[in-house]
Amino acid sequence: MSERILSSKLYIGIWATLMCLTVITAVVSFVDLGPFNTVVALVIATIKASLVVLFFMHVRYTHERMTKVVIVAAFFFLLLLLALSMADYTTRFLA
Amino acid sequence: MSDSPIAVETHGPELRHHFADVEQQRDAASLGMWLFLATEVMFFGGMFCAYLVYRYWHFHEFAAGSRSLDIYLGTINTAVLICSSLTVALGVRAAQMGKQKLLVVYLLLTLVFGLTFLGIKGKEWYDKYEEHHIPGASFNADDIVKEYPQIPINQQYEQTFFSMYFAMTGLHALHMIIGVGLFTVLLYLALKGRYSANYYTPIENAGLYWHFVDIVWIYLFPLLYLIDRKPLK
Repeated sequence: MSERILSSKLYIGIWATLMCLTVITAVVSFVDLGPFNTVVALVIATIKASLVVLFFMHVRYTHERMTKVVIVAAFFFLLLLLALSMADYTTRFLA
Repeated sequence: MSDSPIAVETHGPELRHHFADVEQQRDAASLGMWLFLATEVMFFGGMFCAYLVYRYWHFHEFAAGSRSLDIYLGTINTAVLICSSLTVALGVRAAQMGKQKLLVVYLLLTLVFGLTFLGIKGKEWYDKYEEHHIPGASFNADDIVKEYPQIPINQQYEQTFFSMYFAMTGLHALHMIIGVGLFTVLLYLALKGRYSANYYTPIENAGLYWHFVDIVWIYLFPLLYLIDRKPLK
């Protein structure tokens, strides 16, 4: 991918952030936030996944644009699968 | 790069001659890996979709089943996987710099973390076996029904939760086992001095795979363990 070699300090910083977010998501799950418990858990998971993709997987620094196209396409089709399926299942039997 | 046929002789054995240079070769391999990971996203996506639909239909059973999982072991396992991702990232960095001994150390550490994850997962599965929470003829969720009298629980649907739990964590564990196998081969080849600053594509691509499996767990952890931990009314 990129020729650029990232500093180990950056990797350790990302690791520390991921560890903190893991503890935070576990602790927050015991707090009653009503319907927002799931939202908070998924937002934290998405932040963690983004950090892994951008830094550990070097996507932030790659000069290969096709990699980004593949990632966006994978994400888009996953979203399509989940959103359209749930749009069906959650609106059945309403009438 | 010159067009002269003599130029073919000037590159090392790590460069296949249909590529212009090592960087182009690395980009091509990496793009292929990302395409594979895109198919993996859809592979796991089907499971996540099934999970969402069943959770929507049987929320109480999923909530109660989720509370019966060991959140401490789940959190520790998440941390273990994040540590393994760090050692993979540092291992790729060592390979980029051509530090072969450091690479071997990080590959070994990754294997240790990977096997630790699988060991903890095995312990969790064994607990579920002892509690008769494995779907099938001997499935029995009386303990869960008794623990949460305020939640209406249908044992049939409770079994659905555990079917999803074992299917998803099982598929993830299978990926972990494949990852451990990959890294064992990489460790063997790294010990033989196969990788250099010019050629470390297998390390980088196996690293991408490992990080992907880590990301799957990053989503499995909240979806399976943290559904409904808040105090019951």
